[in-house]
Amino acid sequence: MAKIRVETTINGEATEYLCTGQQSLLEALRDELGLMGTKEGCATGDCGACSVVLDGRLVSSCLVLAAEAEGRTVKTIEGVAEGTRLHPLQQQFLEQGALQCGICTPGFIVAAQQLLESHPDPTEEEVRFYLAGNLCRCTGYDKIIRAVLEAAAVLREQTT
Amino acid sequence: MTEPSDRKFKQIGSRPIRHDGLDKVTGRARFGADFALPGMLYGVFARSPHAHARILSIDTSKAERLEGVRAAVTAADLPDLPDEWMGVTEGGTCPSEDSQNVLAREKVLYHGHAVAAIAATTFEIAREACGLIDVEYEVLEPVLDLGRALAPDAPILHENQAPFGDEPLPQGPTNIARQVAFEGGDLEAGFARADVVVEGTFETPMVHQGYIEPHACVVDVREDGTSEIWCATQGPFGVKRATAMIVGCDANGIKVTPSEIGGGFGGKLSVYLEPVAHVLSRKSGRPVKMQMTREEVFRATGPTSGARIDMRVGAKRDGTLVAAETRMAYEAGAFRGSAVGAAAMTVLTPYRIPNFKILGLDVVLNKPKAAAYRAPGAPIAAFATESLMDELARRLDRDPIDLRLQNAIEEGDHAKYGPAFKRIGLRETLEAARAHPHYRAPLAANQGRGVACGFWMNGGYQSSATVSVDEDGSAVVRTGSPDIGGSRVALALMVAEELGISVARVRPFVGDTDSVGYCDPTGGSRVTYATGMAVIEASRQVIEHLRARAATIWGVGLDAVEWQDGCAVATKGAAEKGSLPLGEIAEQMRMTGGPIVVSASLSPPAAGPAFGTHLCDVEVDPETGCTKVLRYTVVQDAGKAVHPTYVEGQFQGGAAQGIGWALNEEYLWDEKGRVENAGFLDYRMPVASDLPMIDTVIVEVPNPLHPYGVRGVGETPIVPPLGTVANAMRAATGVRFYSLPMSPPRVLEALESRQG
Repeated sequence: MAKIRVETTINGEATEYLCTGQQSLLEALRDELGLMGTKEGCATGDCGACSVVLDGRLVSSCLVLAAEAEGRTVKTIEGVAEGTRLHPLQQQFLEQGALQCGICTPGFIVAAQQLLESHPDPTEEEVRFYLAGNLCRCTGYDKIIRAVLEAAAVLREQTT
Repeated sequence: MTEPSDRKFKQIGSRPIRHDGLDKVTGRARFGADFALPGMLYGVFARSPHAHARILSIDTSKAERLEGVRAAVTAADLPDLPDEWMGVTEGGTCPSEDSQNVLAREKVLYHGHAVAAIAATTFEIAREACGLIDVEYEVLEPVLDLGRALAPDAPILHENQAPFGDEPLPQGPTNIARQVAFEGGDLEAGFARADVVVEGTFETPMVHQGYIEPHACVVDVREDGTSEIWCATQGPFGVKRATAMIVGCDANGIKVTPSEIGGGFGGKLSVYLEPVAHVLSRKSGRPVKMQMTREEVFRATGPTSGARIDMRVGAKRDGTLVAAETRMAYEAGAFRGSAVGAAAMTVLTPYRIPNFKILGLDVVLNKPKAAAYRAPGAPIAAFATESLMDELARRLDRDPIDLRLQNAIEEGDHAKYGPAFKRIGLRETLEAARAHPHYRAPLAANQGRGVACGFWMNGGYQSSATVSVDEDGSAVVRTGSPDIGGSRVALALMVAEELGISVARVRPFVGDTDSVGYCDPTGGSRVTYATGMAVIEASRQVIEHLRARAATIWGVGLDAVEWQDGCAVATKGAAEKGSLPLGEIAEQMRMTGGPIVVSASLSPPAAGPAFGTHLCDVEVDPETGCTKVLRYTVVQDAGKAVHPTYVEGQFQGGAAQGIGWALNEEYLWDEKGRVENAGFLDYRMPVASDLPMIDTVIVEVPNPLHPYGVRGVGETPIVPPLGTVANAMRAATGVRFYSLPMSPPRVLEALESRQG
C-alpha cells in the first residue's frame, strides 16, 4: 500500500512523515515521529489523553487522520515549554501535585493551555467544564483544577 | 524500632516537587506503550464472542499463511500447571487458572476471553489474521448473575472443582468456589437482647478500576531462551514469576523493566499480555509488542466483584450494638479468587459487636476474572454496614457520628478475624469529622448529608532498598517499587530526613529486576510504609558508615562521633575536631574505605490499618433523578503524612472513584453475557464537571509499627464513599438505596415509587 507523504508544522517546526490512509494523527505522532508525550487512553475520543491543538483548535488526535495534518499546524505537549522554561501550567501541576500516575497529564496541560488562551480568567466551573473531556482516575481533579486556576493567575500577572 | 511520636521532623511532612514530575509534565516520561525495539512485531489477541462455550477446535493455519504473520499461539503452547489453590484467606492463586485466564483451554468463560494470539509485522495485519482464526465453539448457557449461579440447576463453570474453605461446604456440583466464615459470641442470644434490628439486602454491580493507561508490554526472547520484558506493572518481580510459570521457563532468565505506570489500583498486579508475548517472541525470534485497546481492557481485565450482601444488625435502645449477621456473595468472575475474604475481614470490624456471624461466598460466573481493586472487597462490605448504621441512627434518633463513636473499636479491641488492634485512629477521624464546619453547614431543599466510615488492613510484605552516597555528597535510593502516585519523592524524603541533606540531593530510582533487590508489588498501600522502612533502615546504616569514616579522618574512636543534621560531630573529648558535613566525608570516601552503598530488606508481618470518616452533601433533582455532589470531605488517619500533598491526593482520588461507583459506574451485559459498555463513553467515570473540590483532613495517630508512625493511605479512601453517598441520598430523598449505582433512572424510579 502506497503511503501518503504529509508536510505539516509540529511545535513550530516544518515536519514531514509518511502515513497510511488509516493511521490516526496520534499514531503518526507516536510511531512515525517518536513524539511519545501524546498518550492513547481509549482511541475513541473519550478520554482526552491524546489532546493536541490543530490549527488553534483542541482535538483528540486519535480521531484525526494523520493525512489531515497536511499543511496545518499541530501543537503537542512537547511544544508547551518554551526552550528550557516550563509553561506556568507545567510549573503549577508540579507545585500543586496535580498528577499522580501522570498518564493523563500531557492531555490536561495541552487542553488547559488552550482554555487559558481564550479565557485568561476562568471560573472554577468553567475550568471543570472545559476539562470535562479529559479523564483522570487518580486525583479526583481537585489539584488539577487548582493548578489551572493558579497558572491562570500567574499568566495574568505576567501579561500586566 | 518505635520512636517517640513527638519526634520533630525536618523534612518529613514537607511538600517538595516530585523528582519524576518534570518528565511527566513535559511528555518525556515513558509509559507501557512508549517502548519500542528495532524489528519488533505486533501481537494481537483473538477473543471469544461468547460468554460461555466449550472450545471444540482452534485452527490458526489460515491466519498463519497471511503475508506478514510471524507466529501464532494458543493454550496448546503453554504447559499444564497444577490445578491447586495456593494462598491464604486474603489472597491466593491457582497456577492452572492463571494460565487459562491468559489463554482459554477447554472452555471460554467470558465474553472477551482470549483464545489465541498472532504476531505480525503490523498491528493491522495481526488484527486481520485474528479474524482468520477458526474456532469451533459449543455454546453453553451463560451464568450471568449470583441468583442464577447459586441456583440448584445452574450450569457449572468448573465441573471438576470442589469448593474449599470454612465448613460446612456445599455438597455436589456448585459455582461456590470458596467459603470464608468468622463467628463470635452467641448470635441468637445477641439478637434476643436487641431492642432494634435493622436489615437489608445490598447489591452492587461489577465495576472497573478505570486506569487511563491500557496494558502494554514488549517482550524479547533471545536465542538462548533468556528474555527481557518491558511493561507497565505494579509488580515487576510478580511479572517475572508469573510469566516464567505460565510459559514454563526459568524465571532466572527473565529481566523485567517496569515502565512508568498509568494507573493500576490493583488491576496491574495480574499478567495478561506478557506470557503470550513471550511465546510469540520465542516462536518468531523477534521482539513482540502487545497493547490492549480500551475495549479489551474492559472486557478482559480486572473488574472488581459485583456482590449481594444480606445483613442484619441489632442494637439496644441506648445505641449499643449487640449482634450482627451477614452473608456476602461476591462474584469472582470466571475463576475463583474474589475479594470476599478481605470483605469478610473488614465488614463488621470497625464496631464492637459481641455476637456476630459472617459468611462469605466466592462465586464463579461468566464474567471477567475479578482482579484487585483498591481495598479489594471492602467498599462493598462497608456500603452495607454503613447503610445499616445510618438506618440505626435514624431509628434511634441518634447523631450518626455519635452512634459510631459509641461503638467504635479502639486499641486492644479484636478484629472480627481475630487479632487485637494496636493503636488505631477510627475515633479520632470521627471526632475530626464531627468538628469539621462541613458537618454543621446548612442544607437546602432536595439536599442531604451523609457520613460513613471505613478502613483497610494495609499490607506489609517484602521490600528491599539500596541507598548510596555519591562523591559530591548527594545520595541515590534504589528500590523495585513502581511509583504510581508520588512514592519516589516520599522515599527520597526519608533518605533526606535521615542523612540531613536536601531532598533535591536525593535521586530516587525504580529499578528493573536485575538491578534492585526483591520487592513485592506496589499494592496494599505498602510502598511508603514497607519499602519506606527498608529505605530508613538503609539510610541509618549509611549514617553508621559516615560516622566511621569521620572517625577515621579524625583519628578518633567511633563512639566520639555523633550524627547531627547532615554532619558528623565530634564529642567526648574530641570536640576540638568540630564537625564534618556529609559532603566532605563523601569527598574523601576513596581514602577512607571506598564507596558507601547499603542495602536493607525486610518482611514486616503486619502494617497497621488506616481508618477514615467521610462526609458528603448531595442535591437530587426530582425532575431528572440527577445527583450533584455539592461538598465532600475526607478525614483519614495517615499515621504520619510523609508528603501531605500526595496523601491528600490519595484521599481525593479514592473518594472520586468511590463517588463514581456509588452514582454511575457499572458493567452492562446483554442476555448472552456480552459487555455492552466497554468504553469510556458508556462506562461513565466521574469527569471534572461532576465533582466539587474534595476537602481533606489528615489525622495523625502514629502507627506503632513504623519508625515515623506512617500508615499506608492509598486504599482506605475508597472504602467509605459508597455508604457516605448512599446515606446522603437517603437524607436528600427519604429513600434508602440498597442497590448501586444510584444513577438517574434508578433514582427517578425510587422517587416515583416513594410518591406512589
